Amino acid sequence: MKDERILLAHGNGGKLSHKLVDQLMRPAFSNTALDELHDGAKVTVDRADLAFTTDSYVVKPLFFSGGDIGKLAVCGTVNDLAMSGAQARYLSAGFIIEEGFLYSDLVRIVESMRSAAAEAGVKIVTGDTKVVENGAADGIFINTAGIGVLIEGVSISPIRACPGQNIIVTGFLGDHAIAIMSERYGLSLPVTVTSDCAPLNMMIGELLTEVPEIAVLRDPTRGGLATVLKEIAVQARVGIMVDEATIPVRPEVLAVCNILGFDPLYLANEGKAVIFVEANYTEKALATLRRHAYGSDARVIGQVIATSPGQVGLRTAIGGVRLLDTLANDQLPRIC
Amino acid sequence: MMTSSKDLKRTANFFSREISRLVDRPLRLMEVCGTHTVAIFKSGIRQLLPLEVELVSGPGCPVCVTSNAYLDTAIAYSRQDDVIITTFGDMLRVPGSSSSLSVQKAKGADIRIVYSPLESLDIAAANTTKKVIFLAVGFETTAPTAAATVLAAADAGVDNFYVLSAHKLVPPALRALCSNDVHLDGLLLPGHVSAIIGEMPYQFLAGDFAVPAVIAGFEALDILQAVYMLVKQIAAGKAEIENQYRRIARSEGNPDACMVMKQVYEVEDTVWRGLGVISGSGLRVNGKYRRFDATSNLTVEVEPTVEPCGCLCGEVLRGVVKPVDCSLFGEACRPEQPIGSCMVSLEGACAAWYRYGSGRWPI
Amino acid sequence: MCLAVPARIIELEDMLSTVDISGVNRKVSMMLLPDAVVGDYVLVHAGFAIQKVDEAEAKQTMELLKELAGYDDKQ
Repeated sequence: MKDERILLAHGNGGKLSHKLVDQLMRPAFSNTALDELHDGAKVTVDRADLAFTTDSYVVKPLFFSGGDIGKLAVCGTVNDLAMSGAQARYLSAGFIIEEGFLYSDLVRIVESMRSAAAEAGVKIVTGDTKVVENGAADGIFINTAGIGVLIEGVSISPIRACPGQNIIVTGFLGDHAIAIMSERYGLSLPVTVTSDCAPLNMMIGELLTEVPEIAVLRDPTRGGLATVLKEIAVQARVGIMVDEATIPVRPEVLAVCNILGFDPLYLANEGKAVIFVEANYTEKALATLRRHAYGSDARVIGQVIATSPGQVGLRTAIGGVRLLDTLANDQLPRIC
Repeated sequence: MMTSSKDLKRTANFFSREISRLVDRPLRLMEVCGTHTVAIFKSGIRQLLPLEVELVSGPGCPVCVTSNAYLDTAIAYSRQDDVIITTFGDMLRVPGSSSSLSVQKAKGADIRIVYSPLESLDIAAANTTKKVIFLAVGFETTAPTAAATVLAAADAGVDNFYVLSAHKLVPPALRALCSNDVHLDGLLLPGHVSAIIGEMPYQFLAGDFAVPAVIAGFEALDILQAVYMLVKQIAAGKAEIENQYRRIARSEGNPDACMVMKQVYEVEDTVWRGLGVISGSGLRVNGKYRRFDATSNLTVEVEPTVEPCGCLCGEVLRGVVKPVDCSLFGEACRPEQPIGSCMVSLEGACAAWYRYGSGRWPI
Repeated sequence: MCLAVPARIIELEDMLSTVDISGVNRKVSMMLLPDAVVGDYVLVHAGFAIQKVDEAEAKQTMELLKELAGYDDKQ
């Protein structure tokens, strides 16, 4: 495309719109449903039990170590479906682009989406592109909606949390948030810390096939691990006790938290899952997870307990207990 | 500090047992520093202390003791079109008389969060038609960093950088606390303030008031050890200034940092929320560097100060009441919608109590 | 009021150093600690080095705390 920047005309449904879809989106997301170019895609699913989700992505900066807004937009929705106990199948992609946005950036983002969708085994079958005036959107916003097929025999719900279950976390926490934030505050990170943005559906799919008894699945995105645990504790009216010494956080991530005053338990993750499973299925669940690249550091971090319903306790390194609550306000760098 | 988690627990248990052994009556120990307040909650130390030992939060949260008038002034400046406000994250949500910096930011004011005051100079250089005003809040740990920034600005000939100082000094506040009717059996002193000012400025606590005090670090074991040292002193009827944090807080402090502070700032009387005016407890830019002082150079119209009704921040800061004793606590006043500054600052006693509960898990 | 972390100076020129904190790097002003040298451990607050870590004291503290862990066994 000779034009270097996105113009208002690219969003008006006319010649330039068609050109954009033809030259960029169609080749990238190529599949028969998309190629028909109807207003809606016609797809077939084997069973009637579906999961359906949507999310909008507005992350800044658009490009960060380990990913970009495109990768996030695909993985986030695929993971939401996985956390519902469904195998993701089809995604829609809606773009709202600011006039003047660099075409080459859009190419990068679309390519990230293609690559993430390919890894996840999902097809992007329909979409929309709007262009708004300079200043009306911050670069680009993406919405993805997703349909998935519920895995047979599986029943995931927060209210299935009950005393005696183990709580598993699939790997290191805080990587995504820290990768995004560090540059803003002049911190240069070692290559070990990049966003953990990843499609977890293959790993979760296999987990649910091996251990259909899994009770609860959640991905600790905004608000972090603590918020997710508190929400489940309240919804299921159970108590939760986790052990600080077992919660995996990289030393580099902890260092940034200490510098800026962040709490790693409240940082967003984009490639992790929190899993509640009965004690007798725990070993099998761990073995299944650890076979995957995205679950190699999976471990048990706590239990659902019979007392203190609605409360989440953290056993601290010195043997004290700290109460965890939902994130109230976004964390900001502080001196105190 | 400690390598093994088992060792950590064992050492913590040792202190816990010894403290229990030594305590024979109710004790009120005040942790002066807000960072200690948070560290104590986060590590769950209260779980390991006997019920007789009450850890009370003091006025060591610079955000909490900042007056509404200061916030109102900052907010008034932020409304001016040619002003960029730079501030630490701590100040963003603190309520002034009618608004907050965060509300002003949403309305379009140019307010930028910085990790270091030096970032203000970069912003000033990149925006020469604007006036960059740095909200200089903090105690002796932070004041030298703002002072050094002024020196750097002077060196580089920057003419659009200003400081709105709300710096406060800890020792005068401790004197005011001890002079009032606040019953305290011992003090945990702020380790990083001490890294700057050393041990000498605290001697009056023992000499004039017979209050034992220990300079403490911020790891869980630092705090436990400091409480143990205090309890030992009390049991032996002593009142001395001890230093648990020798690896960072040297007895002479950091003379270079103190010198930088003296170069730029002069001491003044200032208002502490909850403690009133304390003489010689604040810092303002001195004559030599007055061209960097915001209020001396930039006119601004500030709304009349209004104090929130029913807010007991003052009493909380003096350790006279607990956050739960305030009728607004947890209902009208919560972290998402704070009324008083003790609820806004992450280390404010009220915010800490709300977030972490009473610090004692029922199990 | 006291959020500060220990860091090791890995580079130093004029009054600006680069420090390492568990693999994380940042530029830090040395205006408040002009006598520090490369290899020193310093306390970093708000982008400034504000005090040197006394390594001998640090070692002593760690050893004492480890020793006290031993006393717990004897209960």
